Amino acid sequence: MPQEIEIRTSPHIKTGTYVNDIMRHVVYALLPICGFAVYQFGISAWLLLIFVTASCLLTEALFNYLSDKENTLNDYSALITGLLLALTLPPGFPLWMGVVAGFIAISLGKVLFGGLGFNVLNPALVGRAFVQAAFPVAITTWTPPYLTNRFVEFIPSTLTFPFSLPTPVTSWIQGLNIDSLSSATPLGHFKFAGLDTANLDLFTGMTAGSLGENSALLILVCGLYLAFRKMLNWRIPAAILLSTFLLSAFFYWLDGSKYPDPFFMLFSGGLMLGAVFMATDMVTAPLTPTGIWLYGFLIGFVTVIIRLFGGLPEGIMYAILLGNVTVPLLEAITQPRIYGSVKK
Amino acid sequence: MINWLKSLSYKTFPHGIHPDEHKEETRHIGIQRLPFAPELILPLAQHFGKPSKAIVRMGQEVVRGEPLAKADGFMSVPLHAPVSGIIKSIELKPSARGPKTEAIVLQSYTGAAQRILYGMPHDLEALSQEELLQAIQNSGMVGLGGAGFPSHAKLTIPAGNEVDTLIVNGCECEPYLTTDDRLMREYPEQLLQGIRIAMKASGAKRAIVGIENNKIEAVKSLQAHYADFEDITVEAVQTKYPQGSEKLLIKVLLGREVPSGGFPYQVGAVVQNVATLAELGKLLPQNQGLIERLITITGPGIKKPGNYIVPLGTPLRFILEQIGVSDDSGYMVFGGPMMGSTVSSLDVPVIKQVSGLLVLNQGAAQDENQKIYPCIKCGRCVEACPVLLNPSMLGQLAAKRHYETMAKKFHLMDCFECGCCSYICPSNIPLVQYFRIAKSINREKAMAAK
Repeated sequence: MPQEIEIRTSPHIKTGTYVNDIMRHVVYALLPICGFAVYQFGISAWLLLIFVTASCLLTEALFNYLSDKENTLNDYSALITGLLLALTLPPGFPLWMGVVAGFIAISLGKVLFGGLGFNVLNPALVGRAFVQAAFPVAITTWTPPYLTNRFVEFIPSTLTFPFSLPTPVTSWIQGLNIDSLSSATPLGHFKFAGLDTANLDLFTGMTAGSLGENSALLILVCGLYLAFRKMLNWRIPAAILLSTFLLSAFFYWLDGSKYPDPFFMLFSGGLMLGAVFMATDMVTAPLTPTGIWLYGFLIGFVTVIIRLFGGLPEGIMYAILLGNVTVPLLEAITQPRIYGSVKK
Repeated sequence: MINWLKSLSYKTFPHGIHPDEHKEETRHIGIQRLPFAPELILPLAQHFGKPSKAIVRMGQEVVRGEPLAKADGFMSVPLHAPVSGIIKSIELKPSARGPKTEAIVLQSYTGAAQRILYGMPHDLEALSQEELLQAIQNSGMVGLGGAGFPSHAKLTIPAGNEVDTLIVNGCECEPYLTTDDRLMREYPEQLLQGIRIAMKASGAKRAIVGIENNKIEAVKSLQAHYADFEDITVEAVQTKYPQGSEKLLIKVLLGREVPSGGFPYQVGAVVQNVATLAELGKLLPQNQGLIERLITITGPGIKKPGNYIVPLGTPLRFILEQIGVSDDSGYMVFGGPMMGSTVSSLDVPVIKQVSGLLVLNQGAAQDENQKIYPCIKCGRCVEACPVLLNPSMLGQLAAKRHYETMAKKFHLMDCFECGCCSYICPSNIPLVQYFRIAKSINREKAMAAK
C-alpha cells in the first residue's frame, strides 16, 4: 500500500516531446548542410562554423552568468542560432567578424528581449543584418567552391587579424588560375553582370555563395525531415516559395530578357535556406493558420521586390526580418473563429 | 498505413490529440464485481447541483437499495443504500477533491444476504413523460461519464425548445478507461432499454450511438443488435481525444454547433453517455436506485487491472487491498488521465462521478522533465485545441494575470478544460491549469461586483 499520496492537476499524461527535443532535431537537420558547406569550401568554412557557433554559445553563457539565470545552453537554441548565422556568411568571411556577428545575434537579437521565446526578430538574421551594415565588403566577397587545396589551405581573408580589414582576395583567386567570375554568386552574376546560371547547378549546389545556401535540394530534404517530425511548419516555406515563384513568373512574363526566370529565383541565393530554416523559427512566426500563410506570402513578395528592384542582390534576409515584425499584427487580425461563436 | 488511411474515412472534429490509449490492458477482460467493504462512506454531494438531504438517523438499520437521502429541489437527486447495514454516523469526511463534506457512514452487515429492496416495478409504456422524468430523478441517476449532472435535469427540455435527436455517447475518448466498451459489448439490451427511456423522456424521435473506431467490437455488436430499429443508428467516429466532449460530438454527428455558452437542446440534441443509459435501462424498470457503478481500475501500479462493479461509497483503501497495488504508486487519479483529478487520501470513497481509478507510478512522464521552458510559440496548442482557441496567447496573458482580457478577447470561457494544450505543450507550460485559475478568479470578481 502506498505511503505517500501525490497531488497533481490534470492532465496526468504528457506527449514527452519537449523544447530541447525539437531544437535538437533542428540541429540534426542543419548538420548535413554544415557538412556540405565544409565539403564545398574546406577548412575555412569549418573554422567559421565553429567560431560563430562558439561565439553564440559563449555570449549566451556570459549573459546568463551576468543576469544570474540558469544555464540555457542545453535547450540548443543558441546552437541553432550559431549554425544558421554561420551558414549565411560567405566562406572567406574573417573569423573575427564572425565572432562579432555571433555576439550581436545573441545579445541584441535574443538576450535583450528576454531570451528564448521572447525575441521579436530571428537572432541569426539580426547578426547577419549587423555585419551586412558593418562589413559590407567582407560580406559580399565570395570565393569559388571545390578548390583543390580547400582542405589544407585557408582562404586568406579567413585569418584576418581581429579588428583589421581583410586583404582583398581577388589577387589570391587570380593566382589560382580560375575564371574570377566563377566566384561571384549566381544572384550577383545576374544582378551585376546579367549572366544566367544553369538551374540544375543551382538546385544541387554546384555554385558559389554563402556557406549553407548553395544546395536547394539538400535544404529541402533536411526541411522535409523536420516537417515529417512536425517540428517545422511546412506551410511557411510553401507560402514563401509559392509567392516568390508566382510573382517572379509574372515579371518574367512581362519581360523575359530583363527579369530572371522563376526557377532561378527559387533556387538561387539564400531564399531556400531562409524559407525553410529561418522564416520557420517558431518564436518569430505567427501561430494562427491564416496568419502563417499571410506571413509567408509577405516574405516572398518582399524578397522578389528587393531582388528585382533593390540595390542588393539578396532580399530574403530583410524580407524575413520585416515579416517577423508584422507577426503581432498578423496574429491580431487572423484569430480563428472558435467553436460555437455566434455569427454577427 | 492502411489502417491509418481507413481511419481517415470516419467522421471527426478538427484538431485534438492522439494520446497513447492504454485500453488493451482492460478491454478484453469481462466485467467483475468487488465485495462489500466493511464500512461505506456516502457523501451527500455526489452530483452537480444541491447536495441531497439525509433522511436516516444514526444507528438506524437500512436495507440495500433503500433511500438514505432525498433530493433537495430539482437540481438534486436522492441517495440509496449500497449495502444492508447500520448507519454509524453522519459526519464530515474527506472527499476526493480535498475539502471535507457531509457524508453518511454505513457499516455493512457482512453476514446478510444483501438482497436489493425494489420499489413497485414501473410499466414504462404506461408512464407519462413527467412521470418518467420523476422516476429518473427518484432513481438517483446522474451522468456517469464523470460530470455527475442529474440525468432527469438533462433530459428535461425547457419549454419552447424541441429535441429531435438523442446522441448516445460511446466515444470513451479518455485513455485507459474501458467501461463503456465493456458495457456496449456485454449489455446491449440494457443500453437499448436506457435509450428508449431517454428518448421518451426528452421527446427525441431518433437516437445515434457514436462510438470511436478503436472499439470496433462494440460497434459491430450494437449494429447487429439494433439492426431492426429504424430510429436507432450506430455510427463509428475517428478515435481522437476529446471526441467524447458533448458539444464536439454533436458537431461531428449532426453538423450542428452549440452556440457559445449555450446548451445542446438549443440545437435540438440531447447527449447521454453509454454508462448512464445502460444503468438507467437496468434500474428504471425495477424502480431501483443507483447503488453501484462500473469503474475501470487500471494503470501501471495496479496488479489486477479490469472493469469492476463497485458499490458506491467503497473506500479507495479497500479497493486497493482487494485488487493489489504496488507500494510506490502514490499517484492515483479518479477518472481518466486527461481530465481526472488526483485523490487526496486513501480514505476517500468511490462516488457516482468516478468513472475510473488510475494508479500511475510515482515519477510519471512529468517528473522526468519538470523544467518549464518559455513559450516558443510552436503552435502545437493552437493545432490541438478542439474549440480553436489560442492557448499560447491565453497562457502568456495568464502569466501576466490579464484575466479579463483572456475572457473578453480570447474566449476563455469557451475552454472546457480538456487539457489538450497542456498535454501537447513542449515547453511544459501548465496551460489548462492557468485557465482554471483565470476562470475562478474571474468568477470571484464577478461575484464580488454583485
